[in-house]
Amino acid sequence: MTSATLLFLIIGLGLFAWFFGRLKASGLKASGKSSRSALHSLPNYHGWYVALWAIVPAAIFMAVWSFVSPALITDAALASPASAGLPQGAFARAAILSEARAIAYGNQVNAFNPLSQSMVEPYRDAISYYQMIGAVAALLMVFACGVYAWLQIKPDLRARTKIERVTMLILLLASLIAIVTTVGIFLSLVFETARFFSMVSPIDFLFGTEWNPRAVAGPRGETGFGAIPLFWGTVFIGAIIAMIVAIPLGLMSAIYLTQYAPAKLRAWMKPILEVLAGVPTVVYGYFAALTVAPALRDFAVSIGISGASSESALAAGVVMGIMIIPFVSSMADDSIAAVPSAMRDGSLAMGATHSETIKKVLIPAALPGVVGGVLLAVSRAIGETMIVVMAAGLAANMTVNPFSSVTTVTTQIVQLLTGDQEFDSPKTLAAFALGLVLFIVTLLLNLIALRVVKKYREAYE
Amino acid sequence: MNDDQKMQEPSESVNMTDLATTGMTSDGGTPKMTARHVDVFYGDKQAINDVSIDVNMDSVTAFIGPSGCGKSTFLRCMNRMNDTIPIARVTGDIMLEGEDIYSSQMDVVQLRARVGMVFQKPNPFPKSIYDNIAYGPRIHGLATGKEELDNIVESSLQRAGLWGEVKDRLSDSGTALSGGQQQRLCIARAIAVDPEVILMDEPCSALDPIATAKIEELIHELRGKYAIVIVTHNMQQAARVSQKTAFFHLGTLVEYGETTDIFTNPREEKTRDYITGRYG
Ligand SMILES: Nc1ncnc2c1ncn2[C@@H]1O[C@H](COP(=O)(O)OP(=O)(O)OP(=O)(O)O)[C@@H](O)[C@H]1O
Ligand SMILES: [Mg+2]
Repeated sequence: MTSATLLFLIIGLGLFAWFFGRLKASGLKASGKSSRSALHSLPNYHGWYVALWAIVPAAIFMAVWSFVSPALITDAALASPASAGLPQGAFARAAILSEARAIAYGNQVNAFNPLSQSMVEPYRDAISYYQMIGAVAALLMVFACGVYAWLQIKPDLRARTKIERVTMLILLLASLIAIVTTVGIFLSLVFETARFFSMVSPIDFLFGTEWNPRAVAGPRGETGFGAIPLFWGTVFIGAIIAMIVAIPLGLMSAIYLTQYAPAKLRAWMKPILEVLAGVPTVVYGYFAALTVAPALRDFAVSIGISGASSESALAAGVVMGIMIIPFVSSMADDSIAAVPSAMRDGSLAMGATHSETIKKVLIPAALPGVVGGVLLAVSRAIGETMIVVMAAGLAANMTVNPFSSVTTVTTQIVQLLTGDQEFDSPKTLAAFALGLVLFIVTLLLNLIALRVVKKYREAYE
Repeated sequence: MNDDQKMQEPSESVNMTDLATTGMTSDGGTPKMTARHVDVFYGDKQAINDVSIDVNMDSVTAFIGPSGCGKSTFLRCMNRMNDTIPIARVTGDIMLEGEDIYSSQMDVVQLRARVGMVFQKPNPFPKSIYDNIAYGPRIHGLATGKEELDNIVESSLQRAGLWGEVKDRLSDSGTALSGGQQQRLCIARAIAVDPEVILMDEPCSALDPIATAKIEELIHELRGKYAIVIVTHNMQQAARVSQKTAFFHLGTLVEYGETTDIFTNPREEKTRDYITGRYG
């Protein structure tokens, strides 16, 4: 019996448990002496009470069992006579065992190593043995816990309160999953990065200016893991060029939408801008690589700029800026709209014109919110991958010439992790170190931005 | 005074034009602003119905009346702040020294510099105290140099009775002041552009009694230098600060006259009921 079947069986039994719990509670209610129900809770809650008792402990047992049983299975397989022929080396042994396991589970058809084939049978036996034990134990638990809960049903059982508590726990678990996952990702980044730093010095990595990752050190001991050109490329594209495009355009569009656009136009334009924010970035990537980049190169060549490349920082940055416009605009829109209208009226009543009011009162008042929005936009831009992979190029140049090719952190992560890879070479591990840097920087940017925006919201209650 | 007698005749029908005429000819002050047959609509809904009134230079005029009767609406017509509400529509004539403020020749920017406004809730800009006051003079180019601007700021704050309290902290944010100080800051800000008329919409309703007393004192001092119109829900306040009182009801001007007359001897039943607190 596979785990999936078992799970369905348990849930099915849970339904029965629900039914019996309800039935008993209804019976109690019918036999109640007073006209008011003598039951503390409605029969439904008793049904759920029994059903949860039947399902939850068994499900938890199954989860634990699925962690514990593989080790037991391997032990059992190794105890079989067939294991006598296995090589002594731990590495070769592990390879053979994992192959045998894959075949036994049906994930793989043929063995590359004949030794593996001999281990398949013992494995199969062990698997079915332990699966049976698990299934029987789980079903016994369903019955035992279900009957226990069923016996608990008495008029004064506070089933409703208990269900309430379980509901709360389930919601809490759901909200923890995202947080736990984030922490897990962070920890795995930290561990891999630590391994990387055991091979390459953090100083060389963070402050080195030569990016040319090699598996082995060069003649002078250099390893080519200096990430400064990557950081510079990321900042140049995401925080400088993209923002030069996105901040003015986003701000102006927000001003137009909040201050000048007739209600009807606004009702059209706002949703359209928001839809733009949902366009997959790979589409922008095409646009950058196939349309903008060649056009910019031709332009650069025509005005005689040397070093113009078909993969330019400018193309990636401009398109990224365009991608970010809806984001900046919607943040700015929110913060301008949050400025109390009394402020605007006050300025107009002084005889200021509409644009003077915007320039001298609304924007300064909305500035913290706008700055927060821009910081969030920067953090999105530097983490953006598709556009730069397609349009920014791979050359780790440290240049301020926007027509030349630069590379970014995200592009290099993709570069390091695609293709053939040994999992513990510094080349691969460098990707984790880069990822960690990116993670920390965007996290900090987000924290600062959220704090700024919150402060600003508080200023206007 | 003919019209007064006419009004006291048994006929109960109220003729707004005649009432307005009463206002126009009462005492010798020069009418600074005159309104004739003003209607205001919000979309299809009429909020002001045929209101005619004069505002004099040498007196403080109070607008009183139950909530929703259109006091704010009418006040906002007097410096065209209703322009900011897209669905608002104003008909009739409102004149500032004989000039129609709704004519196409009228520059709204100039108009609002001449007819300033103070709002119900203090609304200082999130700038320094100095910049709050300097805001108007700067946009209207009233000062040629830093020194002149400093003078305007100081004299405005002085006239608003705030100078002593803030002179050492002019670079602090205006929003850091107390509610009453903020409202006096807003009055100082309005004074700084040297307006002819100051409109105040319930300027004390967000303030405690002490701050209120300060503002009332300030209104007393400003009287005569500016034509002042104040909307208030507080009868005692109207009686204390104003020389003339207009009673609005359901978008119409029911009665307009000397404050003492309105409070001691109103001509209209409705006015009496409102003032004695029997309704509204
Ligand atoms: N922006 C607006 N859009 C539509 N209707 C409005 C608007 N402002 C005011 N009104 C309506 O116009 C009428 C008069 O409102 P107004 O604010 O002038 O009353 P008010 O006398 O100032 O009341 P209060 O004493 O409560 O301030 C009310 O019926 C109100 O609903
Ligand atoms: Mg009002």
